[in-house]
Amino acid sequence: MTDPDARTDDDKLRAGSRGEAAGTAKQEPKVGSTPQGAERDLGVQEEMPENTVVPAGADSLEVIAVREGMFGVQGSGDTSGYGGLRRPVVMPGASPRPYGGWFDEVADRLADGLGADAQAAVEKVVVHRGEMTIHLRREHLVTTAQHLRDDAGLRFEVCSSVSGVHYPEDTGRELHAAYHLLSMTHNRRIRLEVSVPDSDPHIPSVVAVYPTADWHEREAFDFFGIVFDGHPSLTRILMPDDWPGHPQRKDYPLGGIPVEYKGATIPPPDTRRTYG
Amino acid sequence: MSTAMGNPTAGASPGASPGASLAGDPYAPQQDTVAGPVFTVTGQDWDAVVAGAAEAEDERVVVNMGPQHPSTHGVLRLILELDGETVTEARCGIGYLHTGIEKNMEFRTWTQGTTFCTRMDYLAPFSYEAAYCQAVERLLDIEGDIPQRAQDMRVLLLELNRISSHLVAIATGGMEIGALTVMTIGFRERELVLDLFELITGLRMNHAFIRPGGVAQDMPPGALEQIREFIKLMKKRLPEYAAFCNANPIFKGRLVGVGHLDLAGCLALGTTGPALRSTGYPWDLRRTQPYWGYDTYDFDVVTWDSCDAYGRFRIRLEEMWQSLRIVEQCADRLGNSEGDPVIVADKKIAWPAQLAVGSDGMGNSLDHIRHIMGESMEALIHHFKLVTEGFRVPPGQAYAAVESPRGELACHAVSDGGTKPFRAHFRDPSFVNLQATSILSEGGMVADVIVAIASIDPVMGGVDR
Repeated sequence: MTDPDARTDDDKLRAGSRGEAAGTAKQEPKVGSTPQGAERDLGVQEEMPENTVVPAGADSLEVIAVREGMFGVQGSGDTSGYGGLRRPVVMPGASPRPYGGWFDEVADRLADGLGADAQAAVEKVVVHRGEMTIHLRREHLVTTAQHLRDDAGLRFEVCSSVSGVHYPEDTGRELHAAYHLLSMTHNRRIRLEVSVPDSDPHIPSVVAVYPTADWHEREAFDFFGIVFDGHPSLTRILMPDDWPGHPQRKDYPLGGIPVEYKGATIPPPDTRRTYG
Repeated sequence: MSTAMGNPTAGASPGASPGASLAGDPYAPQQDTVAGPVFTVTGQDWDAVVAGAAEAEDERVVVNMGPQHPSTHGVLRLILELDGETVTEARCGIGYLHTGIEKNMEFRTWTQGTTFCTRMDYLAPFSYEAAYCQAVERLLDIEGDIPQRAQDMRVLLLELNRISSHLVAIATGGMEIGALTVMTIGFRERELVLDLFELITGLRMNHAFIRPGGVAQDMPPGALEQIREFIKLMKKRLPEYAAFCNANPIFKGRLVGVGHLDLAGCLALGTTGPALRSTGYPWDLRRTQPYWGYDTYDFDVVTWDSCDAYGRFRIRLEEMWQSLRIVEQCADRLGNSEGDPVIVADKKIAWPAQLAVGSDGMGNSLDHIRHIMGESMEALIHHFKLVTEGFRVPPGQAYAAVESPRGELACHAVSDGGTKPFRAHFRDPSFVNLQATSILSEGGMVADVIVAIASIDPVMGGVDR
């Protein structure tokens, strides 16, 4: 995915994270269709029918899925009266300036350092629960990481961790890689996040910038199938070399057998009722 | 042509490949492959190996060490390329203890997650519970609501755990170089810590005691007295390690200058914990990014400036003293806060009852049962919902790091607003530090590989998760 604006109707559930809806801040919790352009913000109305509860707070919504019902029962088996309830799963959206604290300093310094590329590199910045996440486009990941490491005012000299996350319903951005950077010099942490589609799961490797990412990227490849281009030896690390599939993807079954305990049979965890 | 002992590509059982020509001993076969003759070494068959190596044209030998259980580190496989007795290349094979804990956590409630992550690193289980709970609490936005007594109990357990983990590191590290007395006294003292764990949490390991919102139980009666006795005893016993090792010429001969890793190497490889502090850099998350009131405790960050295995040993030894200081302060604080809550007041998150062991051996609370079964229908519904369904955590992600005995241990928790973790990834310090195996071992003697790896104290349960 090179240009997020080129995405098609597949993404219409994603609400104005590109900033076009940034003017509609502070939505109150509301049920059903409401005036003042709420439907426009949430994509199209048929995707968000009545009974949809929209959470409050974010000025731009990052809908990654829609949850139906309430008690984990689907279809006519649900006699709870909540069967028609639809709730979007909304991740924290892009944050408006000022971010607060040293977050602005880091964002400014990074924008200055990247120069003309800054607009293209940074997709959005999310500040949530006191943590800063910079969403990057993948083709700019390595140069941005290099800059974050080498600029004396940023100096994120340690890459603590790389973790993959699979959002199967986030169409076109199913696979995310989160890089947790630590600056021991300034005692700060930030997170870089890169999203790629399942059909093209390639992210450039940051091993040249952060050698410690070697095993982390192998782990993300092993468990999610994210291909880190330029990695010196991208092989499986925890699973056997000939293992089929990538076990921590959401479409990979957990497995398990029913267990009998004190006369009752307990089904395997992935077939138990879930409450969504 | 090279001589390969243990084919790095064929796994642990090269003798099983079809068409192999087995010679002599059926338990220690020799076979010829394209990479050269392969010997499976089981002991008492070194003559054949030496003779085979002598026939080879060069002295390059690939030794496949493991996969096996080097003392208590877990199942680790080392692939060493030797030139004579010098290690020219060292690589790790990991994954033998992978049990899919992170995947399993995605199918249990947020509270049950702590039951799973405590099983990752069996020598420092509380650190894993701590990192996980801190991440969940950040997502719940209740970090400021954790009762002081719960925070003190967490610090107490984390520091006791640091002592027990460092004891095992020193004990097994000593055993691996033949210092067996260090091993026996190390495990003797560790047993005392495990007794305290058993008293406080009910279990020696797999505690699941630190829960999102607080801890599972209040301190049992008499625990503080036992902790004070333990401190008194440890103050007598810790000097024994110093007396055995600090100036012991054999011990120093094996450790000094071995496993050199300087500050630049540590930062590039993400190495933290005693290995980082042995370069003289006082980076300790308890001081630099304090959590649960660590900034209010009086303790020193221990550093050494030798960058080697000996420095890491001395740091661990001294850190046990510092942990004892913190435990002492915790005991005083807990003595002053008797009866205070140990879990958040929010009934939507806090587990409903303080359980006690009943006559049937199960945890139960008669008062609570009377309340939900006889007095309040709402309480019963509430109990049922919380225990079966669990609580919801607002969508978002959090990265919470604690200073485990082995370095920075962090949990990256992602929530989609449901009752189960959407993803819980652990940044395991052993996993990251083990990447330093190559730089610690290459160019050194083969006998020093064990010392170098023991000095970063990897625990494979955490590495493989």
